Amino acid sequence: MTPAASAPAIAVTGLRKSFGDQVVLDGIDLEVAEGTIFALLGPNGAGKTTTVHILSTLSAPDGGGIRVGGHDPALHPDLVRAAIGVTGQFSAVDGLLTGEENLVLMADLHHLGRVGGRRRAAELLRRFDLAEAAGKTAATYSGGMRRRLDLAMTLVGDPRIIFLDEPTTGLDPRSRRTMWQIIRRLAAGGTTIFLTTQQLDEADELADRIAVLDHGTLVAEGTAAELKSRIPGGHIQLQFADADSLDAAARALAGATPDRDALSLQVPGDGSVRSLRALLDRLDRDGLDVQELSVHTPDLDDVFFALTGHPTTGTDRTTTESTGTTGTTEKEAVR
Amino acid sequence: MSTLGYSVSDSATMLRRNLRHNLRYPVALIVSLGVPILLLLLFVGVFGGALGVGAVPRGGHYIDFVMPGILLITVGYGASSTAMAVNRDATEGIISRFRTMPISRTAVLTGHVAGAMIRTLATGVLVVGVALLMGFRSSAGLLDWLAVAGLFALVALALTWLAVAVGLAARTAEGTSGFTLLVQLLPFISSAFVPTGSMSGAVRWFAQNEPFTPIIDALRRLLTGAPIGHSAVVACAWSVGLALIGYLWARALFKRDLRL
Repeated sequence: MTPAASAPAIAVTGLRKSFGDQVVLDGIDLEVAEGTIFALLGPNGAGKTTTVHILSTLSAPDGGGIRVGGHDPALHPDLVRAAIGVTGQFSAVDGLLTGEENLVLMADLHHLGRVGGRRRAAELLRRFDLAEAAGKTAATYSGGMRRRLDLAMTLVGDPRIIFLDEPTTGLDPRSRRTMWQIIRRLAAGGTTIFLTTQQLDEADELADRIAVLDHGTLVAEGTAAELKSRIPGGHIQLQFADADSLDAAARALAGATPDRDALSLQVPGDGSVRSLRALLDRLDRDGLDVQELSVHTPDLDDVFFALTGHPTTGTDRTTTESTGTTGTTEKEAVR
Repeated sequence: MSTLGYSVSDSATMLRRNLRHNLRYPVALIVSLGVPILLLLLFVGVFGGALGVGAVPRGGHYIDFVMPGILLITVGYGASSTAMAVNRDATEGIISRFRTMPISRTAVLTGHVAGAMIRTLATGVLVVGVALLMGFRSSAGLLDWLAVAGLFALVALALTWLAVAVGLAARTAEGTSGFTLLVQLLPFISSAFVPTGSMSGAVRWFAQNEPFTPIIDALRRLLTGAPIGHSAVVACAWSVGLALIGYLWARALFKRDLRL
C-alpha cells in the first residue's frame, strides 16, 4: 500500500455514466497528482461537466472506481465534500445577498465561528479584489466579479482539491487573465486543481497535465508538450516571390510539399534550431531566394484535430510565427 | 459539535439566509400579504352584498363566512412564492454548491420551509388583523383560536413542502406556474366564497371533494363556534397527507442526480 502522502488527489478507473440510452462517459481512467493543475479538455457535450458532477458527489456513477482526496464519493460523500471545493459552470452565488454576506454564509456553513468567519470573508474579499463591492448585492456584479466571488466562496473552507468547470467561459480577456493568475497562485500554494475547458489555449497555459475527452472517452493524456509531440504537423514554411524560385527550391529540398497557388513550400521539421540551421545552410548553398520563413509548431488545435478527426469550437489562435526577412529567424524555434 | 448540532446550526444558517431574502426582495412578502387583503376588500365590499344573501343566515355577516377562504388563499400565495424562491435556488446553481459542501442534507430545505412558515404565519396574523378592522368578528374562544392557528400552520406546512418539491422539479420559474395556478384557483371552486350546495353538477362534486373544502369548513366551524364535526379529521388527514407527499417528493428530488 502506498503511503497517503504520495497518493494521488484524484484517481479514477473505468468511470462510466449513461443517461438513459445516451452514454456520456464510457470508461474513463485518470489520475491527478496532489498540488498539480489537471485540465479536462473537450468540446461541448464531451462529458466534462458530468465528470465533475460525479467527482464532486453531485451525481452517482454507473460503474468504475473513484477516489477523491483518498475517499470514495459513493461510500463517504461527506469526507469527499470536506476535501473539495466546486465552482460550477454557472455562477452559484446568491444574487440577493451582498458579496460579504455570501462569503459569511459559506463561513457559517463551514462552522468557522462568528469572528473567524468574518475575518476569512474580509481576507478573501481583499484577495479577490472585491473589497470595494463587498456591501453591494451580488446581482449587481459584473460577470468577472461574480466569477471571482464564486471562486472566493469555494475557497472559504480551504479545500485541498478544487473543481473548476469552465472557469473562464464568457469572460472578457482581461477577467480571463485575472482568473488564470488566481488559479496559478492557488496551485502554487499546494491546492490540487481539476479544471475543464473547451479552450485549448487555457489548458496549454495552465495545466500540468491535459486529458482530451471526446464523446465520453479519453483520446489522449499527457503534458501539453507530450500531446503536441504525438502528432505530425511541425514544419517550416517558405514563401517565394515567383513560381521559378518555388520550383527550384522544391527540387532541392526532398520531402517538401509545394503549394503553387500560395507560392509556398512546406518543409517537414521538428522545429529544433539544428534542423532550422541545416535548412538555412541548404538554402544558402543553392542560392535559393526565399522571401519569408515561418516556423510552425503543432498546437493543441492540431492535436485535437488529429486525435478526434474534428476541430474544436475553441478560439482561433495564430498557428504560425513568421519573420519578416529572408533566411533569418530571430524567433524561438521551439515554444 | 455533534451531527445533530451541526444539522440544527446549518438549518439556522439557511433560515437566516431565507429571512434576509424577504427583506432584500420584499415583493414576495407584499404579494402574499396584499392579494388576500385585496380579495377580502373585493369579496366583502363588492360581491359580499350579493353573495352573502345565499351564503349567510339572516343577521350574519359575509366577512365572517369568507374569512377561512381568505386565510387559505394567504397560505396559497405564500406557497407560490416559496416555489419560486426554491426554483431560483435550484436553477441559479446555489443548491448544487450546497450539495457539494459537507453540510446537513436537509438543512437547505428545512431552511426554506422554516422561513416560509414564519412568513406565512406572520401574513396570516396580519390578514386577520385587517379583517378585524373591516368588521370581522368571531365567537371563537381561546382554544378554538389555538385550533385555528394549528390547522392554519398544518395547511401551511403541507403546501410549503409541496411548493419546495415543485420548485425543485421545475426547470424554470415558469414551470412553477401550474402549481401557483392550482393553489390560487382551488379555493374558488370550494366552499370558500359560496356554499358548495349552490353549485351545479360536476363542479359541486369537485368542490365538495377537493382538499380545500374540508379545511375551510373546519376553520369556519372553529371561527363561528359551530360543532366541529368530522370536517376537522378530514382536514387534518388531507393536510398531513399532502405534507408527507410534498416532503418525500422534495427529499427525493434533492437527492437525485444532477442532470445537464
